[in-house]
Amino acid sequence: MSKNKVVIIDYQMSNLYSVKHACDFVGLDAVISSDKSDLEDAQMAILPGVGAFGDAMENLQKLNLITSIKSFIDRGKPFLGVCLGLQLLFSESEEFGAYKGLNVIKGKVVKFPSLNKNNQAVKVPQIGWNKIYHSKSEEAWKDSYLEGLSNNEFMYFVHSYYVVPEDPKLVASYTNYEGIEYCSSVKAKNIFAAQFHPEKSGPKGLMIYQNFANSLK
Amino acid sequence: MIHRIIGRLDIKGPNLVKGIHLEGLRVLGKPEEFAKYYYENGIDELIYIDVVASLFGRNSLEEIITKTAREIFIPLTVGGGLRTIDDIRSVLRAGADKVSLNTAAINNPQIIKEASRIFGSSTITVTIEAIKQKDGSYLAFTDNGREHTGVEVLGWAKKAEQLGAGEILLTSIDKDGTGEGFDLELTKMISKNVSIPVIASGGAGKKEDVYKAISNGGADAVALASLLHYNYLKTHKDRENGEEGNTEFLKSGQSFSKVEVTSIEKIKNYLQEENIDCRN
Repeated sequence: MSKNKVVIIDYQMSNLYSVKHACDFVGLDAVISSDKSDLEDAQMAILPGVGAFGDAMENLQKLNLITSIKSFIDRGKPFLGVCLGLQLLFSESEEFGAYKGLNVIKGKVVKFPSLNKNNQAVKVPQIGWNKIYHSKSEEAWKDSYLEGLSNNEFMYFVHSYYVVPEDPKLVASYTNYEGIEYCSSVKAKNIFAAQFHPEKSGPKGLMIYQNFANSLK
Repeated sequence: MIHRIIGRLDIKGPNLVKGIHLEGLRVLGKPEEFAKYYYENGIDELIYIDVVASLFGRNSLEEIITKTAREIFIPLTVGGGLRTIDDIRSVLRAGADKVSLNTAAINNPQIIKEASRIFGSSTITVTIEAIKQKDGSYLAFTDNGREHTGVEVLGWAKKAEQLGAGEILLTSIDKDGTGEGFDLELTKMISKNVSIPVIASGGAGKKEDVYKAISNGGADAVALASLLHYNYLKTHKDRENGEEGNTEFLKSGQSFSKVEVTSIEKIKNYLQEENIDCRN
């Protein structure tokens, strides 16, 4: 087994190739797999994903991955969540009714409202670039793979739902979409998870993958 | 709302091509080379359209997609000749992030529903190629404006949204490659009536056109081709022109007078001066 064995968790919900390309770019030896034994042997893991929360949980269940992901996280190894892979870590989602998530991070997943505070229509999903910024306390940001990025850096987003962690200290970055401020990434122990797609956010996004890769050294 | 500036690359075989009204295609060079330059200079997204694929029912793009996806880390949409769910899956596997559907969606609108259910709405862009009719209405065409469908554009855009399309790539064939500016009437008609993002395409000749597509046309994003490609050629005169096909234009060393001298940076700076939000 090589030094930087990363498992990109495949639960048939997304295009994983861009995540794989980003890993290749920063020199991580990554495999795409839905086999839980690969996850047990891995040194790092990435949970990507685009699509519906309920379907995703169902697929994880079918593939017997729920316990494996939780125990991987419990072992304290570097774990990166992207987009739906961030949302799935939470307790529950209001998407099409209510679904239980992995419940690794306490909190919920909610949909963008169709109107903002000024009664202006909000286009959902948000598709495109937006800024990430830290709170007054930069602690979670600096402690995460965002370290080294400047405040208000642009990242690429595609989503209709966002996460609301119970503990605000876990928020690594905020983003403001059409007047709605929300949590765009979290840092919780060995987990960093982002609503945006670092692998689609140009050289600055790749810095996050580079930091992820460096975390093992 | 942060407005996106998207590079649109029409591809024929191994070459980047550009025509006028999507016809009379000139070979301009290797798409990967242009794409990388745009990426390094701040383009927000890229769209590759295989302009001959739907004529022959084949797809030769995959190699180019893979090469691009290894070096370029911004969203890449791929269209042209995608007929089935398997076709979509194979370009996504090659490294595309989104696909755009035209002919297949017109022939069988249910593919939008099926594809957006499988791959997610945000992965499915519906391309509408519009030609203005004598009576002022707009009709949708396929195969780069060659095939008349009789489908009225506004109703089709609404239906595409309803079926689950994530975005609409709206090309004015009348304006494509002319540098005369976007068809603002068309852009406005669609952007006002759907709630998904509309990408205006066809006609940009100067930075003011980009501004108007957003401010007057209500476009969420703007796709640029000639305006970027001819500027790239102007600033890279010593490049090798080994491409096959209609390379007369490249060999002639001419420049293309229908577009102004500009750059992605200049366009974005101008938009910001005019209070249009974009990524800098």
